[in-house]
Formats: sequence, C-alpha cells, structure tokens
Amino acid sequence: MQARNAGWWALLMPAFLLLTVFYIAPILQVLSISFTEPELGFGNYERILTNRSVQRTLSTTGRIAGITTVLALVLGYAIAYSVTMASERARRWWILCVLVPLWISVLVRAFAWVTLLRRQGLINEALIGMGTIQEPLELVWNEFGIIVGMVHYMVPYAVLPMLSAMRDIDPRLMTAARGMGASRWTVFSRVFFPLSLPGVLAAAVLTFILSLGFYVTPAILGGGKTLMVAEWISVQILDLIRWGFGTMMATVLIVTILVTLGVFSRIVNMRRLFGGGH
Amino acid sequence: MEGAYKPGWFARSTGLIVALYLVLPILIVLPVSMTDQRFLSLPHESLSLQYYRNLFASPEWFASIAQSFWIALGATVLAVVSGTLFAIAAWRLDRRLVNLMRALMLLPLIVPSIVYAIGLYRYFRWWDLLDRIAGVIIAHGVTGIPYVVITVSTALAAFDPRLEQAARGMGANLSQLLRWVILPRIMPGILSGAIFAFIHSWDELVIVLFIASRDVFTLPRRIWDGINENVDPTMAAVAVLLVFFTVLLLLADLAVRKKRDG
Repeated sequence: MQARNAGWWALLMPAFLLLTVFYIAPILQVLSISFTEPELGFGNYERILTNRSVQRTLSTTGRIAGITTVLALVLGYAIAYSVTMASERARRWWILCVLVPLWISVLVRAFAWVTLLRRQGLINEALIGMGTIQEPLELVWNEFGIIVGMVHYMVPYAVLPMLSAMRDIDPRLMTAARGMGASRWTVFSRVFFPLSLPGVLAAAVLTFILSLGFYVTPAILGGGKTLMVAEWISVQILDLIRWGFGTMMATVLIVTILVTLGVFSRIVNMRRLFGGGH
Repeated sequence: MEGAYKPGWFARSTGLIVALYLVLPILIVLPVSMTDQRFLSLPHESLSLQYYRNLFASPEWFASIAQSFWIALGATVLAVVSGTLFAIAAWRLDRRLVNLMRALMLLPLIVPSIVYAIGLYRYFRWWDLLDRIAGVIIAHGVTGIPYVVITVSTALAAFDPRLEQAARGMGANLSQLLRWVILPRIMPGILSGAIFAFIHSWDELVIVLFIASRDVFTLPRRIWDGINENVDPTMAAVAVLLVFFTVLLLLADLAVRKKRDG
C-alpha cells in the first residue's frame, strides 16, 4: 500500500518543487529583506508611522481599492442578475460579455481607456464637437482615470462569484413570492437579494484584494502622479534602489491580503471562481 | 424552464448598460486602428490600413510577437505537465497535507505579481537567469500552474474512481493507468488549462518588466513602452490583433468545454 502510494507522491513533486524553488523562495526573500536592509530590525516598519509618502500611498491605495470594489460590485450585480434571469440561449452571450473582457490583455484595456479619456481623446473631442464643453475635461492621469479603468477590469471578477451564488437560488421562490402578491421590488429586496449575499461578499473580498496589489492599470491611467502601492514599490526598487523600504511595503501588502483572505476564507472559494464558468 | 421568473425592465436595461461598458471601450480600438489620421482618433474621411502595414513591416514588433509566442509555449508546457501530474496525484491521495499543498499552488493567483517580480529580480541574479528567455519561461510557467491545477481538478471531479481501481485490478502500473485510463478522460480539462496558461504568459507584463532588459523584449513590454512613450495608431492595430487572438483562444476553450459537457 505504501509502496503504491509512493508513485503518486512522486507525481506531486515537479509542481511542488517548481513552486517552492521558483515562487515561494523569492517571495520569502522579499519578506526577509524587509527586516535586514539597510540594517537588521524593524526600522523599515517604523516608517509606516513616520513617513508621509508611505502613509499617503497606503491611504490612496485603500481609498481607490474601496471605491473600485463598491462600484464593481454594483455594476457586477446588475450583470450577474441579468445572466441568472436570462434564457439559456441569451445566457451564453451574456457570459461571453463577461469572459472576453476578463481575458483581454490588461494593457489593451488600459490603452483603450487612454484613447477614450485623454485630453484629445474621443470623449473630449465628442463633447467639444457637440458644444457641451469648451475646454477638455481632465479624465485621465488622475484618480478618476484610475478608478474608471480599474472598475472596468474588476467587474468580471465581481460577476463570477455572484453569478455562482445566484445560480443556486431556486427561481420558483421568486415566482411563489410574486404569486402571493409581492411587488417586484419586494421580491428582489426580501427574497433574492438576501439569498445572493454570500456571493456578494465573496466578490467583495476578491475584487478588494485584487485591487490592492494592482500595477498596470493604475500606472498607465494614473500617469505617475497618483501612486498606488504596487507602483510605489516599483519606484522604490527600480528608481531609488531602496530595497528595505520597497520590500517592507510588499510585505505589508501580502500580509493585508492574506489576512483579509484568511478571515473570509470560508466564503471565498478560489477554485470555484476560475473552475469553469458554472 | 419551470417556474421561470422574468426580471423587470429596470434590471434588464441596467444589465445591458453595464455589458456595454464592459465591451464598448475594448471595441473602440478597431475603428481607431483604421484611422486615416496621424494620431489616435476615429477615421475622418476614409478607412486606412496603413497602421497594419506599419505593424507587419516592423521587425521590432515582429520579433516581440515571436518571442512572446515561444515563451508562452514553453511556459504552457511547463505549467501543463507539472500542474496536471500534481492535480491527478492530489485528487488520488486526498490527504490533509496534500490539500494544503494544493492551496499553496493557488498562491500565484492571490499574491500580487509586483511582490513576486521584485523577489525574482533579486533571486534570478544568483541563478544568472535575468534577461534570459529561460528565466521568463520558468517565471511564467510557475505562475501558470494554478490555472492548470484548477481546470484539471474540475475535470477529475467528474471522473469515476472505480475506473482506476478496475485498471489497477487488471494489473495496470502507474504509467499505463495515467496514459490509458486517466489522461484521455481529463483531456478537455488539460486543454482548458493549457489555453489559460498560454494567455497568462502571453499577456504577462509585471514580471517581465523586472527580470528582462535588453535581450528579452516581449510583446506586452513593447506595448507598455509604446503607451508610455509615443502613442500612435500602430498601437491600436496591435490591440486589435491581440483582442482577436484572445477571443479566438476563448472560443477554442468554449468548444473544448462543450465537447466535455455534451
């Protein structure tokens, strides 16, 4: 029996070794550098309390991630609801509307938003052409641009867990409630919405932790003026070569994410999320 | 469907508007890529394919596309082989320790790539893997493993374990069991995983920004430079090709799933 299982254990090894040597090890090194450079101790962490740039980055990141999460949840809920209520045929199109943006390169999406939002972009041109505004609006290279792009990125991630929770709701419950004279709004607010809450919570955790560490979209749409944590880390490491400082922030980021996830781990099921659209 | 419940006009129109918000901004790159102007804009007088000609005539873009393709292929092989074997063994053993290992495999989906990227930047210097194609393949392969583990585990959930016992009973050894009994049944799951691992590597930017410099210049890195330096409509042409390519891969995945389910 033991000998037979040895073969199975051997099959686990390639992935496990790859992950340990080429994933876990470099990340542990990041964590350790934060305590050892420039000198041994908690010096880097003390700066959370004293350094303005660290504090500003943390609060900007928390604010943007929070706003993004709320907006992505509201918009994602509308889509997930429509998918759940759609007929079998229509549902396929709806899901395509979610999955295609999910897998389109994040760079392509950020680029598309630059095209639309910049000063000579399509939206400003259109508004000026119609005479609605005289001067172009500042739609990008600020927090507004970052949030527009991030919400666009996060909505599909918000939809999937909500969708999977909504699909478990028996549609006959709503029909029954209607039959007993409840209005559409009552059916939604008293029957459907409470039942969909676990999905909403899972979606909230997921979009929030993804937003916290996001690099590409804030970097492109923020134009280097509004720094979120990920871009701030990259500036510390690549431009200022302050490893201790940068890795300290990386550690704070990881710990925040893991703690959030740990607290909600009973609700969030990562495997279900990517597991195959049903 | 029995007991169908139809949503009201408000819910339906809100859903539709959000769907448009998701899709329209991506589609806008198509007309922009065919502009007759010299800057990013909608076509004014006529449609033009000049930026597609630019793109195909440019050795830099072409080299980046080729490099990204080979890297993605290598990373996919790495992720699919190790991830599939892992998922099968984890499914078969099903112990607490193994489930812990499986949770560990999902880490790359949760830990932000910036953290991994700065770690690798330092770590790969020891291994002399900075600015090497092999280094990028390893990094993308390892971070692609979770996609394969997830899709293959899902496929295995539908696999009848008695088939394995029967094969064992008839004297099949481990490799025969894998090759003739298990792998053929979970092929659609493996293919799905391969598609996602490929897209993951093909689109990956953050790690590459840190571990590549002169020699490795993948497509996402060239797009990144393009966006930050000179935004010209050639970028829109690249974006259109990428969107087209991704949709194609997703349709392939849908076809694979349909075959599995149907």
